[in-house]
Amino acid sequence: MANIISDETIDYVGILAKLDLSAEEKEQAKTDMGRMLDYIDKLNELDVSGVEPMSHVFPVHNVFREDVVTNGDDRENMLANAPEQKQGQYQVPKTV
Amino acid sequence: MKINHMTAVELGKAIKAGKVTAADAVNAFYDRIGLVEQDINSYVTVIDRETALRKAEEIQAKIENGTLTGPLAGVPVAIKDNMCTAGVRTTCSSKILYNFEPTYTATAVEKLERAGAVIIGKTNMDEFAMGSTTETSYFGETKNPWNPAHVPGGSSGGSCAAVAAEECAYALGSDTGGSIRQPSSFCGVTGIKPTYGTVSRYGLIAYGSSLDQIGPVAKDVTDAATILEIIAGYDPKDSTSVKRKDYDFTAALTEDVEGMKIGIPRDYFGEGLNPEVKEAVLQVANVLEEKGAVVEEFDLGLVEYAIPAYYVIASAEASSNLERFDGVKYGYRTETYNGLHDMYKKTRSEGFGAEVKRRIMLGSFVLSSGYYDAYYLRALRTKALIKQAFDAAFEKFDMILGPAAPTTAPKLGESLADPIQMYLGDIYTISVNLAGLPGMTVPCGIDSKGLPIGAQLIGNCFEEKKLIRAAYTFERTRTYQRPAMAEEGVD
Repeated sequence: MANIISDETIDYVGILAKLDLSAEEKEQAKTDMGRMLDYIDKLNELDVSGVEPMSHVFPVHNVFREDVVTNGDDRENMLANAPEQKQGQYQVPKTV
Repeated sequence: MKINHMTAVELGKAIKAGKVTAADAVNAFYDRIGLVEQDINSYVTVIDRETALRKAEEIQAKIENGTLTGPLAGVPVAIKDNMCTAGVRTTCSSKILYNFEPTYTATAVEKLERAGAVIIGKTNMDEFAMGSTTETSYFGETKNPWNPAHVPGGSSGGSCAAVAAEECAYALGSDTGGSIRQPSSFCGVTGIKPTYGTVSRYGLIAYGSSLDQIGPVAKDVTDAATILEIIAGYDPKDSTSVKRKDYDFTAALTEDVEGMKIGIPRDYFGEGLNPEVKEAVLQVANVLEEKGAVVEEFDLGLVEYAIPAYYVIASAEASSNLERFDGVKYGYRTETYNGLHDMYKKTRSEGFGAEVKRRIMLGSFVLSSGYYDAYYLRALRTKALIKQAFDAAFEKFDMILGPAAPTTAPKLGESLADPIQMYLGDIYTISVNLAGLPGMTVPCGIDSKGLPIGAQLIGNCFEEKKLIRAAYTFERTRTYQRPAMAEEGVD
C-alpha cells in the first residue's frame, strides 16, 4: 500500500467528520482509506494542467427571491421530531 | 388482465374507463405486498391500507367528476425512502433517521400526488444511497425477485424490486452514480436518470448534490416517459433546477430510429464485461440497426478515471451534506453522553453504518487543508475532461449504447467485503452523473442463471427524448418478462 494513514491522520479525520471510532474501527479505517487513496492516485496519471475544475456541469448562479415569508409556523410539527425538547425549543446538553 | 400485471399507464386507463377503481388498485397491491414482501423486503415503510384506501377514494371522486384527468390518476406508487413525505417516516434506510417524519413533501412526490398518485410505501435502499446492492440498509437487505439469493442492485434496490415483484405499479428512485440504472438492470425493469436539473431535488435527502437526480422506475418505456413528464419541471426551491425547453417526454414514444447515429464505446466492452451481458447488449445494437439506426464503434476514453474521480467528489459532498445529522433536531440521539460534542460524535458513530462512515471520512480527508488541491480539485479537473470526452462523442453520435453493469446481479453477501471491487461495478454508469447526462436502462435479455440483463442508453444533456425514442423502438420488438414469482398468487 503506497498510502500509509497514520494514527494522527485518522484522529484528525475523526475530528473533522465528528466520528468517535473504536480502536478496531480506526485500524479498519486506516486500511480502507489507504486502499482507497491508492486507487484514487490513478488520477495522477492524467495531465490536468490548465484544466479548470468543474464543480457544476451547467453554469450555476445564486438564485435570489424576494425576501417575503411564504411558509407558515410549523414549530409543533418540527419539534415533534426532536429527540429532546423543552418549552417549545430543542434541548441540547449544557455547552457553557 | 390482472391489476398487478398492468403497466402504470394501462392501469390508469382502466381506472379512467371505469373498469377498475382506484381502491381496487390499492387493494391489489396491498394483497401482493402481504403475499411477497416477507421474502423480498422492498419496503422500509408500508403506509397502512386504510389511509391509502381513503386517498384512493378521494382520487376516485376527482376522476369521476373530471378534476383529475392525468394518465396516472389513481395508480399506486412506491417512493424511495430518501424523498421526504410529510407525516410519513423517511429514513434513508439509516438508523440515524429511523423515526424521522418530515414536515414537508419533496417536489417530485408532490407533483405525483397532484397528478392523482396513491403513495403506498417507502422503498428500501442502501443507507443514504451509498452502495450498489441495497445490503447497507439498516432495515435489512432487499432480495432480487428473480432469485432471492441475489441482490436487487442499488442503491434504489427497493424501488426496482418492488416494481419487478409487482408490489407497486411504478416507483421513484434516485441516481447519484447509477442507483436507478444498475438496479433496473438487475431487476429487469426500465429506469431513467434524467439530465441534471430536470427533476427538482427539493426534499431529496442529499448525498452528492452535484450528481443526484430523481427518476422513474417502471415496467416499460411508456410508463417511464409518462412518469418523467409528471415529475420534471423547474422548481424555484432547487437552485440547481434548470428551465428546459421541452418537458413533453411522451411525445417521443414513437417507433422511429431511422438515421439515428448510435455510438458503441469499445472501452465499455472490454475486460471485465460478462460475455452474456456483452452479447445481449450488442443484440440491442443489431435490432436498432435493422430498424434504421446507424451503429458505429468508437473510443470514448477516460473510462477508468471516472470511478476514482466520482468517489472523491461524491464523498466530499457527502461529508458536507451529512454534517446535519447530529441528534439535535430529528432522528436518533445516543443514550449517554458527556457534553455537546460527545453527543454529536456518539450519535453519528452509532447512527451511521460502516459504508457511510467510510465515505464521510474519505470526504473529510480530501477536503482537508493540505489535500484539497491534490484530491478534490484534481477530481474536479478530471470531471471537466470526462465531460469533454462526452462532448466529443455527441458531436458524432445521437446517443451511446452500452451495458448498465458488467454482470447480472451478484449473490447476497458477496459484494461488501471488498469496497473497491464493488465500486468497479459502477464503471458504466458513474461518468454519466459526472457529466450531468441523461441515461436510461432497458431490459434486453436473461442470462443462463435466469437473471435479467439491462442495456444502457446515454444521451447528450436534455436529449432524453432521443433515448426514449430508441428505447421504445427496441421495446416494441420484445414482450415484458416478469420474474416467475410475479406470476404466483395473483388473482
